[in-house]
Amino acid sequence: MTDLLDIFLSASFWVALVRIASPLIFATMGELICERAGVLNLGIEGIMVFGAFAGWLTVYLGGGLWLGVGVAMLAGMAFGLLHGVLTVPFGLSQHVVGLGITLLATAAAYFAYRLALPEVTSPPKITPFAPWPIPGLAAIPLIGEGFFAQTPLTYAGFAVAGLTALVLFRTPLGLALRAAGENPAAVEAQGLSVTALRIGAVAVGSGLMAVGGAFLTLSAFSSFFFEMVNGRGWICIALVVFGGWKPGKAVLGALLFAAFDAGQIRLQQTALGATLPYQVFLMAPYLLSILALVVMSRRASVPAALMVPFNKGER
Amino acid sequence: MRLEPVANPGLLRRLGLPAAALVATVVTGSLLALSAGADPLATLGLIVTGAVGSKFAALETLNRATPLIFTGLAVAVAFRAKLWNIGAEAQLYAGALVTAVLGAHPIVTGVPGVALIGLAAALAGALVLLGPVLLKTRLGVDEVVTTLLLNFVLLLVVSMLLEGVLKDPMGMGWPKSAPVAKSVRLPRLIEGLRLHWGFGLALIAAGLVWLMQARMRLGYEIRAVGLNRAAARFAGVPVGAVLVKTALISGGLAALAGYSEVAGLKGTLTLDLSPGFGYTGVIVAMLAALHPGGVVVAALFVAGVFVGSDAMSRAAGVPSYIADLLLASALLYMVLAMQLVRYRVVWR
Repeated sequence: MTDLLDIFLSASFWVALVRIASPLIFATMGELICERAGVLNLGIEGIMVFGAFAGWLTVYLGGGLWLGVGVAMLAGMAFGLLHGVLTVPFGLSQHVVGLGITLLATAAAYFAYRLALPEVTSPPKITPFAPWPIPGLAAIPLIGEGFFAQTPLTYAGFAVAGLTALVLFRTPLGLALRAAGENPAAVEAQGLSVTALRIGAVAVGSGLMAVGGAFLTLSAFSSFFFEMVNGRGWICIALVVFGGWKPGKAVLGALLFAAFDAGQIRLQQTALGATLPYQVFLMAPYLLSILALVVMSRRASVPAALMVPFNKGER
Repeated sequence: MRLEPVANPGLLRRLGLPAAALVATVVTGSLLALSAGADPLATLGLIVTGAVGSKFAALETLNRATPLIFTGLAVAVAFRAKLWNIGAEAQLYAGALVTAVLGAHPIVTGVPGVALIGLAAALAGALVLLGPVLLKTRLGVDEVVTTLLLNFVLLLVVSMLLEGVLKDPMGMGWPKSAPVAKSVRLPRLIEGLRLHWGFGLALIAAGLVWLMQARMRLGYEIRAVGLNRAAARFAGVPVGAVLVKTALISGGLAALAGYSEVAGLKGTLTLDLSPGFGYTGVIVAMLAALHPGGVVVAALFVAGVFVGSDAMSRAAGVPSYIADLLLASALLYMVLAMQLVRYRVVWR
């Protein structure tokens, strides 16, 4: 018990918490935008892998860190465009296309990595984003360092979440987007194109997923290695459900999840941790995600037209 | 643009479009080879000869196809009912785990022992999928995410056991299980050829799945549930029960992939038993248009691409990940082609 308290009362725990949450926030917002428009995007896992790779490669080849973020975003949008075109106008199964995109993007990243670095065994490092402490706020005891002495990409993540909420719920575009996911026929009756709205949402959402991946290489680990995304994309899909398709709640979910993840890493090093196999701790985040889904699914208000293809003129 | 159903697609449409998808895959492969600075035709040639160019290569392809037939069938059965089982990897490891535990110190030997272990393995896989499906039918929890997440959980369980109670004391420190006893190993299909009975079982499983889908009430019910859940319920089909039965069959089939790898090919359980056979099962099932006979053909094709690419990679230096890229593009081309068989694009 005192072990737990020690963990929560250490500043490093809060720093790790926010760092772990950051890529999840980007990718969860990306998935949320897709699903609000009515498209389940299972390409998320692969798009994050490709984003991690593209961002890393850009910087490794001499580009700036922000250029890396931009390249990752564009690459993610390209995969999103492919996903959108196949699932929206062509009406292919969102499950199958999504998994196909995940396989495609993952394999593309691994293939290109091997092409770029045929002989390398230990992944080369880049200089990642440095923390930008916000004067004053960063000095708040306990949580100041965690929330206000992070890299700029973390602040961007929170800004993106705020912007997502603002656009979705306070602008005509957001209204149209949500309507495309609830009642596409009504959107079409308004003279708007469901196809364009959905493809656009998937492209932008996929761009955010890729930035979430790029966070891993440009802000957290400073090199690209295989399996680095390790199911984070799937966890983000669970976080969207957990957050009831609302950006604020989804961010809260991401922070909660990250608290758990940061906690389990630290718990492994305590006396209790020594008595249990480390795999038990690694398993916990996945089991927690499943549990969260079970608890939240009963109250969730799923977008009514999620996964329902829309074919103009068809009743 | 919008889609308009084609009432009776002609033979040209039904064969021409999938053929076009295959051509597009070959073109993609050529471009990938070019991007790696290799000669496209030579690269593709090396993949083909690496897959079927010799007796050794062909046997390797058949061995690689065996687990893929099982996971492909598992996915095909589930997807027919629109039950999105993306956890074949977890079910495979559950089957492998049970096989390793029961096989190391068998109580019953010979054919009954082999059969009993197979049944136990299938049961384990079925139970792994039963959880997510009950959560779906009872509480409305989406099975895509739960089955995906269980893949990670099961792999960690296997890792934990392999470093703990299941660790082979004679394994020189490697995390692998004690070997499966000779008396319960799957024997070779033909004496002298490196191909075990797992392949035979996979073909039998494909036949049984076909029989179930084409000739049994359950097959009809599964299709009804997949086409329109509400209509099926209205017509008196017990949707929940059908989904549970589908899950048990699907999970069991995926587990047999693990069983056949441990009791047939490898003889022991390691953490790298499956290089994603569960996920690749989705590709196999979709290339087969969810047809059990097609699954066998698609699994042979996919296995050939993997085995051939490995051989090509050693010879020509193009990264072997070209296989995954080829298969992912083949999947997308093929689902698009199949859709265009049934619908024509109308621009207006």
